Amino acid sequence: MTRAVSLRRLAGLASLGLLLLAGCAKPARNDLYVLLPGQDGHAPGALTVESGGKQATLDQPYEAARVKEPGNVEPGTVTPEQVQQAFGPALAAQPPRPVSFILYFLENRDELTPEARPILTQIIAEISRYPAPEIVVIGHTDRVGTLARNDALSLQRAGRMRDELVKAGVDPARIRVEGRGEREPLVPTADEVAEPRNRRVEINIR
Amino acid sequence: MRVALLSLAAAMLLLAGLVPAARAQEAGHVKVVKGTVQIDRGGQQLPATVGAAVQSGDVVTTGADGSVGITFLDNSLLSAGPNSVLVIDRFAFDTTTHQGAFESSLQKGTLAVVSGKLAKASPDAMKVKTPAAVLGVRGTEFLVRTGDGKE
Repeated sequence: MTRAVSLRRLAGLASLGLLLLAGCAKPARNDLYVLLPGQDGHAPGALTVESGGKQATLDQPYEAARVKEPGNVEPGTVTPEQVQQAFGPALAAQPPRPVSFILYFLENRDELTPEARPILTQIIAEISRYPAPEIVVIGHTDRVGTLARNDALSLQRAGRMRDELVKAGVDPARIRVEGRGEREPLVPTADEVAEPRNRRVEINIR
Repeated sequence: MRVALLSLAAAMLLLAGLVPAARAQEAGHVKVVKGTVQIDRGGQQLPATVGAAVQSGDVVTTGADGSVGITFLDNSLLSAGPNSVLVIDRFAFDTTTHQGAFESSLQKGTLAVVSGKLAKASPDAMKVKTPAAVLGVRGTEFLVRTGDGKE
């Protein structure tokens, strides 16, 4: 009887020892760093992973580095499936990507060109995809006319676009309006040059 | 003269240290919230709601059912999965020059990052730290998981 008990106790101790060993064999960390492909086929940039004086540079899509303890950087790769498994919820919580649109205007006026009208409709639809949208509307002009006149015209153009967005139901508190006049041309020109591509409003949404 | 210079230097050091701390820096806004998410600002627990501001110094925590997505002023996107602790150590962004700094730490959990205008303007502007590593960002999208081996 006593013999059986002590055997059982021994077995218990042995399994405890195995557990402890397993605990020690387990890596101290399960850090994983992954470079993703760029959006829309853009080349990915690069990510440097530095740990305890050791460094790895990731510059290919799905290139990865594992760090099981500081100073131990193991390079490797992961599959898109492994990425989903490890990072699914974080990726699903990504906010929509910021976008930028350009609308062109008629010369010396705050009226959109006929081609720009449908883009405005598209922008309004786009804004509804953004939670708590932040919208910046920036007016510009070409270099015909005085600086002061163009500052005013650029603000007027931006203001017209703000009014259009508000009319479509966008909360005015979410829109910031700026006028840059002729100071930031899309296409640099000499003064007093009429350039349609500089008569524009930029709308940034995030 | 030397004493005057020294005290001037000391005053400047003091100012350099104090000024940014004194002014709360708005860094970004919460855009996506799922499950339990909290923002700790100087010991105060704030609810993370869609549209809530995130500042330098904030600690963003997600529960076992939680995830959160934040859009920063330079268009960087950071989103954290469940059981994560993300610290916004420093965010400064000049909207005209695109210069500044963005440092954050993932203490545990998972993080997806799309870098923005800061990383594009200068390769050393954005850093993400974990307890085991420092990540340098050259205009890119990447993922971070950190935690001890038990998790």
